[in-house]
Amino acid sequence: METATMTPSPTTPTHAVSMDARSAPASAPAADAPPLIEIGGFSFWYGPKQALFDIDLRIRERAVTAFIGPSGCGKSTLLRCLNRMNDLIDGVRVEGSVRVQGQDLYGPDVDVVDVRKRLGMVFQKSNPFPKSIFENVVYGLRLQGVKNKGVLRDACEKALRGSALWDEVKDRIEESALSLSGGQMQRLCIARALAVEPEVVLMDEPCSALDPIATAKIEELIFQLKERFTIVIVTHNMQQAARVSDETGFFMLGKLIEFDKTDVIFTRPKQKMTEDYITGRFG
Amino acid sequence: MTPGWHLRRRKLVSAAMTGACALAVLVALVPLASILVFIVARGLSSLDWDFFTKLPKPTGEAGGGMANAIAGSAKLILLASLVAVPVGVLAGLYVAEYRGRRLASAVRFAADVLNGIPSIVVGIFAYGTVVLPMHRFSAIAGAVALAIMMVPLVARTTEEMVLLVPEMLREGGMALGATRTQVAFSLVLPAALPGILTGVLVAVARIAGETAPLLFTSFNNQFWSSRIDQPTASLTVQIYSYAISPYDDLHRQAWAGALVLVVLILAVSLLARLFTRRLERMAGR
Repeated sequence: METATMTPSPTTPTHAVSMDARSAPASAPAADAPPLIEIGGFSFWYGPKQALFDIDLRIRERAVTAFIGPSGCGKSTLLRCLNRMNDLIDGVRVEGSVRVQGQDLYGPDVDVVDVRKRLGMVFQKSNPFPKSIFENVVYGLRLQGVKNKGVLRDACEKALRGSALWDEVKDRIEESALSLSGGQMQRLCIARALAVEPEVVLMDEPCSALDPIATAKIEELIFQLKERFTIVIVTHNMQQAARVSDETGFFMLGKLIEFDKTDVIFTRPKQKMTEDYITGRFG
Repeated sequence: MTPGWHLRRRKLVSAAMTGACALAVLVALVPLASILVFIVARGLSSLDWDFFTKLPKPTGEAGGGMANAIAGSAKLILLASLVAVPVGVLAGLYVAEYRGRRLASAVRFAADVLNGIPSIVVGIFAYGTVVLPMHRFSAIAGAVALAIMMVPLVARTTEEMVLLVPEMLREGGMALGATRTQVAFSLVLPAALPGILTGVLVAVARIAGETAPLLFTSFNNQFWSSRIDQPTASLTVQIYSYAISPYDDLHRQAWAGALVLVVLILAVSLLARLFTRRLERMAGR
């Protein structure tokens, strides 16, 4: 992949994660650097039902953070709170804070549209728009008012290269996005999220509807993407969390049970519940 | 009471019920088939080239056609659609995208009530609000009456089609920073368009057969009328006035008119199906 075509965001500190981080996640970047996202005392209610209880969590920049846990544990809810997608549901309530570079996403004068621009999202089931591949990728840019054809075309190519889809679709970007295969659609959705140059890419079980080959491609992609983006991924697949993430949070019944470096969670968890879950004793 | 007996009984009951269903279908098709056969048998013999190209002859003279009525019907439907389609589509989109809001529920209820109002009442309303102030029957008045009938039909089908658009499409748009309105217009509406177009054509087919709302709005006209503030002939009203006349020749023309009307409505319905399929294929579904 041509990472050179993508400029790193100007806010990026110098401790970029190298590919070696995979083989030695423990030595991964400076734990003392200020986290990009800081979740503090965060609770969440769907109507009268509390879904998240007092979550404290720090997400490092340019790292992959995985949320694991059994169904209904709140991991997806937390992810969707990170770009305020839960606002779309009536009767939700939050307490606590989610700070991104110090700014509270739930502060009084925060623009939700701006939040979603900074924290892109890829969904469980790929949801390409019934438009051409090109129009899918530049949708976010068009929303921002970009009209120049040349700018849009460059951004489209950059985003498609970024999601490792360019070589497969470069001759047919005017064709309907719905003609792509399942795995390609998901990579298109990733390209769509990348096109607006977000700081964070939130992935909600991005591979759960894909076959093993397409899954491998996405995982490889996540690996390349973390050189430029901060990634938070929710997954049901524990092997996947172990493969792609640097840090892992284990959730149970709306509570964050344990959060640590991925190899610690998977080899010597401190909590009995975490160990039971990753060894398959329940869940 | 062996298991074999049970099985035989079940199969017998099943066959009997399937037969009953097939019979019900046949019974339901009898009126449709007989109407078609009747109209074709009576109408076809009076259909000639003149019917489509000539104006009606003065009463008592043989020959003539319904060219002005065919054009008038087309004009009325077009005018009505120009008003009713945008209003109906936007109302339906609003009701579906903002369901749960009080105004959306009110709009949906209003559309249902409007849909249930007898067409003759709609005609009287248009007479009172358009014909009386203008002091004349006109195509505008007829189109208003037809549009009033069309809006709830278009609004309800639009709502149904928009509700079929998967929620994840909206989420995808919002996740990229689109507002609710931007999502509604740039993603939801295009995705629902094939269904909405079908709904519009079905509504057109429905109002094309209306007579009551036109009787005292667009009235009738024995001549061409290119203006929209003049009385305008329509197929349905022409059929009605010929059918109640005492002349055999006019009766024959009324049958021919009925045949043309039915064929046109059938064509629009077929077009609706074709359109839907083509658009769906284009959307890749």
